[in-house]
Amino acid sequence: MTELLLRAVFTDNLALAYFLGMCTFLAVSRHLETAFGLGLAIIVVETITVPVNHLLFAGMLGPGALAWLGLGDVDLSFLALIASIGVIAATVQILEMVLDRHFPKLYRSLGVYLPLITVNCAILGASLFMIERRYTFYESAVYGFASGVGWALAIWALAALRERVEESRVPQGLRGLGLAFMLTGFMSMGFAVFGGLKFG
Amino acid sequence: MASANPLSWWRGFLALPNDNLAKTLGVAFLVALICSLLVSITAVALKPLRDANRLADSAAHITGMLEILGAGLPDTHFVDLATGAYVDHDPGTRTDLPEERDLAGLGSREDVATVFELRDGGKLKLVILPVRGTGYQSTLKGYLALEADLNTVAALSFYAQEETPGLGARIAESAWQALWPGKRLADAEDVIRIEVVKGAGAGVHQVDGISGATRTGTGITNLMRFWLGPDGYGPYLQRLRKEAGR
Amino acid sequence: MSDRLRTLIDPILVANPVTLQVLGICSALAVTTSLATALVMSAALIFVLTLSSGVISLIRNHIPRSIRLIVQITIIASLVIVVDQMLQAYLFAMSKRLSVFVGLIVSNCIVLGRAEGFAMHNRPGASLLDAIGNGLGYALILAAIGTVRELLGAGTLMGFTVLPTTAHGGWFTPWGLMALPPSAFFLLGLLVWAVRAIRPEQAEPLRESPDVEAPR
Repeated sequence: MTELLLRAVFTDNLALAYFLGMCTFLAVSRHLETAFGLGLAIIVVETITVPVNHLLFAGMLGPGALAWLGLGDVDLSFLALIASIGVIAATVQILEMVLDRHFPKLYRSLGVYLPLITVNCAILGASLFMIERRYTFYESAVYGFASGVGWALAIWALAALRERVEESRVPQGLRGLGLAFMLTGFMSMGFAVFGGLKFG
Repeated sequence: MASANPLSWWRGFLALPNDNLAKTLGVAFLVALICSLLVSITAVALKPLRDANRLADSAAHITGMLEILGAGLPDTHFVDLATGAYVDHDPGTRTDLPEERDLAGLGSREDVATVFELRDGGKLKLVILPVRGTGYQSTLKGYLALEADLNTVAALSFYAQEETPGLGARIAESAWQALWPGKRLADAEDVIRIEVVKGAGAGVHQVDGISGATRTGTGITNLMRFWLGPDGYGPYLQRLRKEAGR
Repeated sequence: MSDRLRTLIDPILVANPVTLQVLGICSALAVTTSLATALVMSAALIFVLTLSSGVISLIRNHIPRSIRLIVQITIIASLVIVVDQMLQAYLFAMSKRLSVFVGLIVSNCIVLGRAEGFAMHNRPGASLLDAIGNGLGYALILAAIGTVRELLGAGTLMGFTVLPTTAHGGWFTPWGLMALPPSAFFLLGLLVWAVRAIRPEQAEPLRESPDVEAPR
């Protein structure tokens, strides 16, 4: 399990190895404060949605999952995509309401980015990978948490870097977006180094 | 009574303001209905093609091995791994493996597996078993071909692995795979002894390891132990032995 | 140039969804290890984008505000499932290589962005053209990166050997980095730089006064 956790955070990092969630990743990484809040929100949403989607798939949609209803031959796995999105949309909606009630400052600073988490490829991607790799419930929970942490770490690091280079003298065409890609590329190489670690 | 003609009812519905509750529910229902029809029809209509592709895919990998063995086309069988008996289809269900039995690091394994048998006039000549397990940093997938005695390796080949290039990845090279034919799986007491050792192997149960790729080799040993054991093809191979009168 | 033609052509070069608006990158980079996967992915996206924009534009006047987003997502997701099933049925080997990334088209910013930003406010004809234009713009970027990564990473293009590699008795030593994720980031960064150098109006302005004390 430790290996799964460390792999999901570092070598299989959703942002740096699989390029998921790039739109928000690049848009929100300009300022560390918003990036921090978004990272936390991503961790929460991932930790909730991946295990819940596992339960949905194992209990209703996967091949033979409806055996408890006597419909063991039915395979609804083609509905996994849209069911996962439903779960994610509902989770984000609930999170929005909770944040609005109890953490209004964070809610305001995240602004429009919170509903955008619904269509963040990283959230959906984690659930789709979980289904493809047939994780158990316990593994799904660990994987959801770890992949959220990995994505958050990546955006925090990039935001810190971008705040630093904001005032650097960089060729005009490279400023902003181009440089962000380069920085992310280097970070991606850095995180890949963890692949050489032995996990017991 | 105004004309209950469906067209004017439909027009009336469309004319409702968008935030009207009835319209909201109506639109939501219609979109859901049409989308689910579209998706379900496509899924059901294309299922035979998809299943055929999946079967052909797993069959395609062994043609390479069959060429090496100089063998003809095998028969495909679905086998229930728990009992070792033939079944007529694969429901796609899986069983979770508790950690102490999960020798190959799979987490769970399918209940029904596809195996390939080569028979000559009813007599078993070759059995080809799909095997897989965790290597050093990736899942190794391959085929194990056994001779008629079900104890001698005819061939072992890996068609999917993402181990370190130049080290663990060399298990895909024909030079290393050529070390396997003739090796014996179990000893006289039927204890599975086949393993990949560090350095040069001695005897019929040991295969030379690749230097610098010890963990890949250990992964292969583990997956062999798993798939030849009670959670893998053990029951199936036992049934075959009984049928051959051994 | 007529309005219609402009709607079609603009997104390809002038307002490219990937390089200017930073949209749709998620699936863009992971599938560019070879030109073939990049092209199939682009085709799948164009299919989903065109049909979803068309349908949403057709019913745009009857979608209640409260369920707007979920209706769009439902339509898009259904089309994605259809495309995924078709790939598994007719191009099985390719669908295995693309794995979950076809499914991720549903969260692709371009598809949702055009649905919300254009199809909801324009007629079906224009929406279709806009969708095809954006799809082609996306395809252009993917094809460019896919070509470079496959050529330099494996010496092949669409599977055909162009630069014979040393492993097959040739002279070309493939650039291992091209097969790994970081290369896609670097190439995209260089591409954005090139586009903004040619069209400086797309570049970002330098911050005049540095923020010494960030507002708390």
